[in-house]
Amino acid sequence: MIAFHSPQTLEDASALLAAEPSARPLSGGTDLLVQMRSGRVEPAAIVDLKQIPSMRGIRAHDGGFAIGAATPCTALLDDAALCAAWPGVVEAANLIGSVQVRNRATMAGNLCNASPAADSVPALIAADARALVVGPAGEREVPIADIPAAPGKTNLAQGEFVAEIRLPAKSASGGDAYLRSIPRTEMDIAVVGAGVSLVLDSSGTCTAARVALGAVAPTALLVEEAGAALVGTGLDDAALDRMADAVRAACNPINDKRGTVEYRTAMAAILAKRATRIAQSRAGANS
Amino acid sequence: MSKIAVTATINGDEQEFLCEPGESLLDALRMRLNLTGSKEGCGSGDCGACTVMMDGRMVCSCLVLAPEAEGKRIETIEGVAEGSVLHPIQRKFLEMGGLQCGFCTPGFIVAAKALLERDPDPSETEIRYWLAGNLCRCTGYDKIIRAVQEAAAEMRQERVVS
Amino acid sequence: MTEHNPLSQFRVVGTRPVRPDGIDKVTGKAIYGPDHVAPGMIHGAILRSPHPHARIRSIDTSKALALPGVKAAVTGQDLPHLPGKSVSLGEGEADLANLSCNCLARDKALYEGHAVAAVAATSASIAREALKLITVDYEVLPHVIDLEDAARDDAPILHPDLRTQGAEEPSDKPTNIAFTFALKQGDAAKALDGAAAVASGRFAMPPVHQGYIEPHACVASWNADGQGQVWCSSQGPFMVRAVTAGVLDIPVSDVRVTPLEIGGGFGGKTTIYLEPVAMLLSRKAGRPVRLAMSREDVFRASGPAPGLVVDIRIGADAEGNLVGIEADMLYDAGAFPGGGTMLGPLVLSNMYRYPAVDIRTRDAVSNKPSVAAYRAPAAPQITFAIESCIDDIAAQLGMDPIAFRLKNALRPGDTSAMGMECGEIGFVECLDSANAQDHLKAPLGDNEGRGIAAGYWINIGGASSASVSLAEDGSVAVVTGNPDIGGSRASMAIMASERLGVPYEKVRPIIGDTATIGYSVVTGGSRTTFAVGRAVVQACDTIIADMKKRAANVWQVAEDDVEWRNGAVHCTAKGNDNAPMTITEMAENANTTGGPIAAEVSINPHDSLPAYGVHICDVAVDPETGHVSIKRYTVVQDVGRAIHPDYVEGQMQGGAVQGIGWALNEAYIYNSKGCLDNPGFLDYRMPVASDLPMIDTVIVEKPNPAHPYGVKGVGEVPIVPPLAAIGNAVKAATGKRIRELPMSPDRVFAAINGGK
Repeated sequence: MIAFHSPQTLEDASALLAAEPSARPLSGGTDLLVQMRSGRVEPAAIVDLKQIPSMRGIRAHDGGFAIGAATPCTALLDDAALCAAWPGVVEAANLIGSVQVRNRATMAGNLCNASPAADSVPALIAADARALVVGPAGEREVPIADIPAAPGKTNLAQGEFVAEIRLPAKSASGGDAYLRSIPRTEMDIAVVGAGVSLVLDSSGTCTAARVALGAVAPTALLVEEAGAALVGTGLDDAALDRMADAVRAACNPINDKRGTVEYRTAMAAILAKRATRIAQSRAGANS
Repeated sequence: MSKIAVTATINGDEQEFLCEPGESLLDALRMRLNLTGSKEGCGSGDCGACTVMMDGRMVCSCLVLAPEAEGKRIETIEGVAEGSVLHPIQRKFLEMGGLQCGFCTPGFIVAAKALLERDPDPSETEIRYWLAGNLCRCTGYDKIIRAVQEAAAEMRQERVVS
Repeated sequence: MTEHNPLSQFRVVGTRPVRPDGIDKVTGKAIYGPDHVAPGMIHGAILRSPHPHARIRSIDTSKALALPGVKAAVTGQDLPHLPGKSVSLGEGEADLANLSCNCLARDKALYEGHAVAAVAATSASIAREALKLITVDYEVLPHVIDLEDAARDDAPILHPDLRTQGAEEPSDKPTNIAFTFALKQGDAAKALDGAAAVASGRFAMPPVHQGYIEPHACVASWNADGQGQVWCSSQGPFMVRAVTAGVLDIPVSDVRVTPLEIGGGFGGKTTIYLEPVAMLLSRKAGRPVRLAMSREDVFRASGPAPGLVVDIRIGADAEGNLVGIEADMLYDAGAFPGGGTMLGPLVLSNMYRYPAVDIRTRDAVSNKPSVAAYRAPAAPQITFAIESCIDDIAAQLGMDPIAFRLKNALRPGDTSAMGMECGEIGFVECLDSANAQDHLKAPLGDNEGRGIAAGYWINIGGASSASVSLAEDGSVAVVTGNPDIGGSRASMAIMASERLGVPYEKVRPIIGDTATIGYSVVTGGSRTTFAVGRAVVQACDTIIADMKKRAANVWQVAEDDVEWRNGAVHCTAKGNDNAPMTITEMAENANTTGGPIAAEVSINPHDSLPAYGVHICDVAVDPETGHVSIKRYTVVQDVGRAIHPDYVEGQMQGGAVQGIGWALNEAYIYNSKGCLDNPGFLDYRMPVASDLPMIDTVIVEKPNPAHPYGVKGVGEVPIVPPLAAIGNAVKAATGKRIRELPMSPDRVFAAINGGK
């Protein structure tokens, strides 16, 4: 018989998760319930994090944003400042599943489910977001890319969970974007995802760039060479071609029911280019 | 066996039920409360046939644990009509052939109502994306989309009149 | 856009009233398969094989039975062994031994998900726990998934006793080829070698699923006196009764089947999976038992449509006359024989005139779920190949694709290669109508293409019963034995209303159980409005004749002097001023004129007419990613006559969209272990609302003389053309002919980038 807990504090939640090795945290539940139903996980305890006040809602933090880990994806759309600053992140989170699913699903859950195809993760990596991890040993702030360890596995220790997603202050002339390839128009898992975040100077020259990919490796990747190919350029076609070369070189995908190695590699480059153009226009509009 | 007692407001009435901790809200609605209008098409959030409103947001009740409903406001297809008066969306589905087998219909009606309460004048594209989480295998969606458009137009008209 | 220009000769036929079962279905009150509850009901669960092919050495259910709350357990050994026995279902024969083995494996599991044991317990969660306590000793055997591999001589053999039926030279060697059929007329090879234009190639497509949203479910109650009851959703309660009784080897009268509302079937609910198992569990437990499939179970263990591999060659002379066709078809039957193989040649031959024909068809068993009917079974697959080739030939000859089809289309008076004598078929009318559509003239953008394709489906009639009875106030009850899968209650009520001259709202159409109405074959084969509708009209005519006789008695005139019109009997005897008597008056006075007014009619018509449709499709192809999006779609179809146009259009639109899904993304995907890799709606990618435009419909009405209102079947043919219509549109957009399904982004991308 499963135990169902609704702790009111982060400490209680951590203690409950630490006490039972098979315990699972619950925020949106859109992955957990499916896994329980299929028998893939059989937790002895479920720890519902949604009753902890700090786990819900979006706050200003360090010039950027702190998003409670149990905040559903659709709630991000209601925050005008967040949408203006990080439209790529908000869009990525709102590509997951359906409206019904996004009314429950959270970015933190998307991250900790540790699927290489998670939509919000490349966008968060591109945005240089961090996760506030809470556990028996206290709090620590971790780069997003360091949370997933392998498909379905995280680097979190027993009793640890993500309490917040923190987005940095956005540069005044920055822009971000996320695109994914799916066979249909909705309701699919990304065959490939690409997140791009850029900063331009007043002349339109790229001064900083981060390019992240999903579903082309065991975990979402930050492709530093791809970002580097854009920095210092005016984002001309040749620069984007060099970026695309770096993206292709970084891809290490598998053949599976969702796509082939060849297709994933080719799409990663195309989507990274397209996302770069969107990020560029957003940055340009801001500068 | 230790069951959990849950109290929730369901279609406007406070209801109590006992459930297993790992039971879905959908199973609780169907088996504990005999509200079988919400359907299970997949159990994984991919078909939308179990769509209900929870505190004003539409969710797949198969992806909610029944204990999570504690203190929540739940609205199901059984609560869409006001007594014996059909909601305009229900009426338009009937008048425009918006259903064939009818199995997905409760989920579509709950989802469409959520859309029109939020946006009284959605475009066809907005309707199609909003309803993308509701699968229908019979209709090809055409008559469903038209029924939602017509219901929206009628509801806008009613607002102007009243 | 919808185009329908009904003839105004009817009062109700051709109008669009609200369906009688509508309010229950928009308020959540309708009871579907998974919704029914019987007093004292307990919950069953089925253990399924994790292996695609394994011998079952033994099954031990003792630990499961010892779990508190568990009331019964069964295995295949609890079912009678029925080698060689079959039961007639009207549409065809069902092999009871195979059906039984499919419900519960006997000595081998033949596909991943094959049911091997079942339990019943006081709760669903206890039943699931109990499954974990069942021990099955499997000897894992080599498996074969790929269709062409299965057909090879050295393939792992599924059924050691299987020999190829229909083989010219019978062999005693075990094989996976269950059936073969060949037809030769003229010298096709010579005709094609000398043709001015030839299109050929190998077309291949994997199995796809019907994808109904309601998973299979039933409740069964089997008492110690032998009497059983089953409540379930299906396409035919009499089919469920026949096969349940047959598999259990008990008298048919011991099984009463009550149909529940059906949440989609598309052919997939013309067979059974759960009912005999639920009966056995109920008999052992002494309680009603519910069995329900999960979505995964539906994909893994209920019937997909067969995959097909076909080598085809079609040619025409310089004037655009087809000269011959060669085709070698291999359909996938899944775990048991019965891939619907004969339908391939039928569809192949019943569209165009071919002076020379050389075709062969085979079906092969493989370690996949046993195939089931899916909307125009076997037709979309072969039509994808035919209509792709027809398009290529027209292009080679520089002819308009519709003009080329018109030149070769079968017409009334023709006899097809398979011997179909064409009656009042409407293929030419559909092509003419398509040719007149504005859609054909609409401009196309960059990377867009337009395709057209035609489709044929046989349509059937078959055993059908209906009763019509008048209540005391003249309202009408119409009872049939055919589940309402998409609005047929409304069409039955319309036809009765039209015939009897009573308002539509006064007709109450009911779906009876197997004990309340005469035998009727399934709701399928596009037969219901044609055949069951005809039974309804004949029952109406019977009570009209009765009322005329009664009126003649009342008026003391000859029966010939009584006429029925506008819902009343009229006296036409000279010099007689008897006021007409309405149906309401006749009903009110029934007890003084001979008693209740009612009639039941059972018929077995076989003069149905086939359906033809022509689809026009515009696509946009993203040249960088290979994504195909449907920009505009028009369905033109001859329906004979539309009784309720909303539901006729609904069939046309729904069928077209199922075809679009089949063309673009749907497929059974297996991993190297022989297990289904996409048993859910997440990765079995059926179209969602945002994938589609509106689906325009054009109803062509060339009445069927064999139906009182001219009905031809409607439901199936719209799934036939889309595969090729989209393939032809993709060719127009990209220049690439794609011969494998689905035309998913990666496949289109590969074709654009260097494929042929």
